[in-house]
Amino acid sequence: MNAQELLRLADDELILGWRNSEWTGIAPFLEEDVAFSSIAQTEIGHARAWYELAAKELGSDADSLAFDREPEDYLCSPLVELRLADDWARTIARHWLYESADAIRIGALKASDDPDVAGLAEKIDREEAYHRMHAAMWEERLRGDARFREAVDELWPFALGVLSEAQRSLLCEAVDRDEVEAIEQGERNDLRPLWEEMTMVRRSVPGASW
Amino acid sequence: MSEAEFEAYVQSGGQVEAGDSMPEDYRKALVKFIEMHGNSELMGVLPEREWILRAPTLQRKLALTSKVQDEVGHAQLIYRVVEDLGKPREACLDDLVAGKTKFHNVFHYPTKTWGDVGVIAWLVDAAAIISQKALLKCSYAPYARIMKKICWEESFHILHGRDVILTMMNGTDEQRELVQEALNRWWGPLMQFHGNPIPAEDDPMYRWRIKSQANEEARQQFLDGYVPQIWELGLTVPDPKLRKGKDGVWEYSEPDWEELKWVVTGHGPETERRLGFRQASRDETAWVRRAVLPDAA
Amino acid sequence: MIYEVFRQEREGQPFQHGGSLEAPNLVFAEAYAREFYGRRDESFALWIVPRDAVREVREPYVADVFDRDYRRVDGYSLKVKLKEARERAGTSEAR
Repeated sequence: MNAQELLRLADDELILGWRNSEWTGIAPFLEEDVAFSSIAQTEIGHARAWYELAAKELGSDADSLAFDREPEDYLCSPLVELRLADDWARTIARHWLYESADAIRIGALKASDDPDVAGLAEKIDREEAYHRMHAAMWEERLRGDARFREAVDELWPFALGVLSEAQRSLLCEAVDRDEVEAIEQGERNDLRPLWEEMTMVRRSVPGASW
Repeated sequence: MSEAEFEAYVQSGGQVEAGDSMPEDYRKALVKFIEMHGNSELMGVLPEREWILRAPTLQRKLALTSKVQDEVGHAQLIYRVVEDLGKPREACLDDLVAGKTKFHNVFHYPTKTWGDVGVIAWLVDAAAIISQKALLKCSYAPYARIMKKICWEESFHILHGRDVILTMMNGTDEQRELVQEALNRWWGPLMQFHGNPIPAEDDPMYRWRIKSQANEEARQQFLDGYVPQIWELGLTVPDPKLRKGKDGVWEYSEPDWEELKWVVTGHGPETERRLGFRQASRDETAWVRRAVLPDAA
Repeated sequence: MIYEVFRQEREGQPFQHGGSLEAPNLVFAEAYAREFYGRRDESFALWIVPRDAVREVREPYVADVFDRDYRRVDGYSLKVKLKEARERAGTSEAR
């Protein structure tokens, strides 16, 4: 597996983890706040692990890959870039769709002939089981709500864009929806302000240890 | 039991549980005290959460998210205790955003740089832990029990804070300047944090063994523990009068008690904005609570 | 709904009350209990119980009215009888 593909995975997890951390402290209720924060932390932990693998190939380190690239060089999917911070319905719709797509993606990586990739995918899959339970729990609770259904409809093309063309039919089966045209590339409109904020301390003293 | 008998009971170590009969004044004092603690944990999250998004390394991002998560968890534990004393969580949050109840002075101030992140985790949390350890002996048992878990989790926070500060102090001149500048801004609120000295006999919280440590004792403990740590890094404390007397008692410039009173009654630099932000978040997510926690909403 | 969480710190130890939390149902309560009492791997196992299912029994309904020292360790005083029995058997040691 090449470095670009690893960066794609890492960027998805980092940016989604960043978006999910926007809810820390302001989630709908305190118990959920703690649970959702763990999910965000786990995603960033997974990002770190993929960056570390990519770093070996690229002769770099995880933090440099995570923070020192330009916004145009990030390879994350448009789904994770979207700013959904005030909207729990869309946040949970994204969470549920992403976890469903990622399960397929990780499942394929477990069978990789690169032992590092397969090993890491195995570990990640074990932790993701909890994320899937959490997403399913919320989906069941909110599926009767129009707001949630509309959010899923809106984000569906983005969810398809997380996966390769060959894998999309599996996602359609998993969530029982028809395939539509996937949104794969973005304008990076939401990513740029995110990147500015994410890197502002690091850029304030370039090269420093923090 | 008469109120005098109850006071004797708690002073000799007697414990009170949620279902026990207790003087109404004791129950009211408990609710007020514990609610303020819950409010403080919740409001303390706001200055820190912005920096999660700006954390300059993956490890710092994880550590800071974990710390803030702990604080939200503490708010949950604390409000549950208040709820079992008769005041529902939503009523506490209503009163908080309406400015009817208080939260600690330190959370009314802005955070400006990554230096603040370090100073808060190292020194503000240290000041809070001193008070919290004293609450382990609270006469109200449900509160004493959650304090055990809270103190255990807070121990990680101080280490994280110290690590952030040490890394910056060992870094560049700019980074050292960030730390010193943050310390200069936070020193005043830190010295006010434990409250103005009230003799224990005059403090009902003390007589009822809700608090078991006088304000000045807590402040002295803070200075004793942390001023040496500050000085050994080459940092200066912005108080020329600060020194440890030969009798072991720290002398310092009189904190600004007027500022403390003004701030905790809702006039801090960030008070209105943060309460407004809390209210806006609550409004946006009210539908979720209605859908999912019908008893609460 | 309020749920009580009991936690077992290490394998084989008794379950102790950890705290309570609010959740819509048992599925959510389980997710939250794991977070609150397990995210630092500090619990080996958890019991999650709706508060309504817990029945509390406290003083004075538990206290004995009549003396029942026959079933407590402090209800037995063997020192004097033991001394007498040793003397009879010639096995008492010089003290």
